Amino acid sequence: MSVQETIFTSELAARFDKLVTIYPLRRSALVPMLLYAQDEKGYLSDEVITEIAQRIGITELDTRNVISYYSLLRTQPAGRYHVQVCTNISCMLRGANEIFDHCKKTLGIGNKQTTPDGMFSLEEVECIGACSWGPAAQVNYDYYENLTPEELDKVLEKCRASVVQEGKGSQA
Amino acid sequence: MANLVSHPDVVPLLSMRFGKGASALDRYLELEGYQSARKALEMGPEWIISEMKASGLRGRGGAGFPTGMKWSFVPKQSEKPKYVLVNGDESEPGTCKDRLIFEHDPHSVIEGTIIAGLAISAKMGFIYLRGEYRYLLKIIERAIEDAYAKGFLGKNIFGSGRDFDIVSHTGAGAYEVGEESALMESLEGKRGIPRIRPPFPAVVGLYGGPTVINNAETIATVPHVLRIGSAEYAKLGSERNGGTRLFCLSGHVQRPGVYELPMGYNLKKMIYEVAGGIPGGKQLKAVVPGGSSTPVLLPSEIDIGMDFDQVAKAGSMLGSGGVVVLDESVCMVEFALRTIKFYQHESCGWCIPCREGTDWLKKTLTRFHSGGGVNKDIDNIKYLAENMLGKTFCPLGDAAAMPTIAFIKKFRKEFEDHLDGKPCPYAHTAESVLV
Ligand SMILES: Cc1cc2nc3c(=O)[nH]c(=O)nc-3n(C[C@H](O)[C@H](O)[C@H](O)COP(=O)(O)O)c2cc1C
Ligand code: FES
Repeated sequence: MSVQETIFTSELAARFDKLVTIYPLRRSALVPMLLYAQDEKGYLSDEVITEIAQRIGITELDTRNVISYYSLLRTQPAGRYHVQVCTNISCMLRGANEIFDHCKKTLGIGNKQTTPDGMFSLEEVECIGACSWGPAAQVNYDYYENLTPEELDKVLEKCRASVVQEGKGSQA
Repeated sequence: MANLVSHPDVVPLLSMRFGKGASALDRYLELEGYQSARKALEMGPEWIISEMKASGLRGRGGAGFPTGMKWSFVPKQSEKPKYVLVNGDESEPGTCKDRLIFEHDPHSVIEGTIIAGLAISAKMGFIYLRGEYRYLLKIIERAIEDAYAKGFLGKNIFGSGRDFDIVSHTGAGAYEVGEESALMESLEGKRGIPRIRPPFPAVVGLYGGPTVINNAETIATVPHVLRIGSAEYAKLGSERNGGTRLFCLSGHVQRPGVYELPMGYNLKKMIYEVAGGIPGGKQLKAVVPGGSSTPVLLPSEIDIGMDFDQVAKAGSMLGSGGVVVLDESVCMVEFALRTIKFYQHESCGWCIPCREGTDWLKKTLTRFHSGGGVNKDIDNIKYLAENMLGKTFCPLGDAAAMPTIAFIKKFRKEFEDHLDGKPCPYAHTAESVLV
């Protein structure tokens, strides 16, 4: 099931070529491939799904069926910085609801929404394995722990600053 | 990066390399790394399994199943390849220990996987990490590469003539795939729907082959058992509960953190001495002793040893080692609602008692907490939960039902205080939990 024209960078395409060979069953590569594709493209677009289904050798419907199960996988763009605040029990006891409310207010968006400039999106998430260091959040894959509203502002500011530094505009 | 804490009662066995740069292979070797794998190769499968049995090591994933016995269930002869599957999905609220192992001592997981593989004569192992743990995936990938480069993995490992491969794998967000049969489905590239048992994974597992599935902490403990010997290891813990485990203290304690303590360590002491007690001079209200699925304990019930048997005797479970401490300011209805909201969100929807049960519990508790409750809701919540128990396809339904029943039984008055449209008399952060 080789793919002549890939929509991914050559590095990722090469990684995928290898990934489908390391398991006893080709299909085992599906979930990691979807996640890595999302990392590169921002979300799982129709084109991404078409190519991955082809690479694995399953139908697009089957691929979508798997995508809809996993909470990290998305078929719509998120913000450049996806802010995921844990409000589960351990974090809640240490002020996670306050942190989440603060995010909503500061970013001016609600749960699962994206700022108009595409810079930030916000999501209330379940336990991220940082319970002893709560309240905790992830921005993309980075962990931020023992958060206070002030700490969180600093994190958001850092995100904004790094975009300015790159001299780029926003991207989805 | 999660910070490390200590206390004089901590027994650094599993955590002996934490904070010592042991993710680098050379450092791991300096700190007695890969000696147990060599020894296991020399001594053979029967010796490994008998050592594991004698150690009293019980699974750290939640159920506390004796590890040596689990391995002994794998048939010696099998037409299909056998596998070792390491469960690093770590998603039970209150649990944050496997993360530290992957971060500080990834080679101990690799070495444990090799030893498990030798014990059951498998040639391949998988290390499954939850998708959120991306930074750990990089660490473990690097460690696996290094182990291959040294000849500890691949063909002819340690020059022994045997082959063993390890593949690391990432999930993409789902609590249910931590359940062993759903984990196999997920690793096979499917939705994480549980499988019917029997057949058990030890007989028909991954890709249809006999499979040993263990929690990452269980696997990381294995080299230490062989390193110090099963008798020494068993002695560290309590009766029928060998060794130490990583306890994750969270919530209302002065010094939350992950502490390695002997099995059977007193819970009260753990909270008041190891974790420094309750902050702000507040009173203790309740303790969830082993992750969010374990029934809550009252302050009068915590003078117990933390091992699988003693916590069970107290009416709860040791579970995944996540000790969540609640002070007097907590509204138990809100806490119950947040717990159920999680299980409702994570129910895979495959079987009806779990899908519908968690949904109705969430709906009822939501209405109840916002002041729309009537007296018969209280019994209804309990009745609903009791009718989920043991009737779901996998234990996720039980994980939702058990704590719910305990909340009602032990905090009925707090539920009654919410009746008749009264605003929540306890909580300060009531509304945002309902988003
Ligand atoms: C809903 C559900 C979620 C689970 N999540 C995990 C998990 O994240 N990690 C884990 O090791 N075990 C988890 N388990 C337990 C596993 O099914 C399995 O018993 C365990 O991995 C076996 O390892 P052990 O014998 O070393 O404890 C979960 C069980 C259920 C029912
Ligand atoms: S409860 Fe928030 S990280 Fe576990």
